[in-house]
Amino acid sequence: MTEIRVQREAFDPGSEINRFCACNSTSGGIATFIGQMRDFRGPSREAGEIVAAMTLDHYPGMAEKQLSDLAAEACKRWPLDDVLVIHRVGPLVPGDAIVLVATATAHRGDAFASAEFLMDWLKTQAPFWKKETTAEGATWVEARAADDAQAAKWKR
Amino acid sequence: MNVLYFAWVKEKIGVGEESVSPPASVATVADLMDWLAARGQGYAAAFADRKLVKAAVDQVHVPATTALDGAREVAFFPPVTGG
Repeated sequence: MTEIRVQREAFDPGSEINRFCACNSTSGGIATFIGQMRDFRGPSREAGEIVAAMTLDHYPGMAEKQLSDLAAEACKRWPLDDVLVIHRVGPLVPGDAIVLVATATAHRGDAFASAEFLMDWLKTQAPFWKKETTAEGATWVEARAADDAQAAKWKR
Repeated sequence: MNVLYFAWVKEKIGVGEESVSPPASVATVADLMDWLAARGQGYAAAFADRKLVKAAVDQVHVPATTALDGAREVAFFPPVTGG
């Protein structure tokens, strides 16, 4: 059982997580990850630039398909009861939740590992693109080699 | 076939989607990039550094060496940055 949502509307991670827990009330372990929009870019808030807003472009159809495929792969690797992935697109402001990943299973090890796997693969394979707006204007975020390295560790 | 562009590839080319009919000599994704790059300045700029442009055929990530036979939808975009 999986639920994949790609949406322009803001979502409330707390109520999504509550609902997910209620739907999986007998799963012993639930792991969640929330990615939020930062208000800076660069190494740190002090050394970086202030980011005022962000726009997320995506490939409609392929984004949903890719996330479904990733969830299916996670279900093959771990005995998961349920997976939830929500990803925003369109305009965002700092503090907005961009992504929520939740996995439900019997024990914490599988819950943590599968949630991390989903995030690592989502970062390098799901067709979303961030454009940040700073005082200098709007620029596309560049992919990070560290994300590729992180995803590579799950290769089989 | 239908060709889609995303993020800065779309901005450089100036459209997000178009229908194209390349000649039969355009056999692979890399061939299609060459053919598109010759269509104008925006296209040339978008495909200037091929290492920065990724492709999907019928919504599946593919390397540039992939054959186009039967492809209905080809997309070009920068490395993804979601999450």
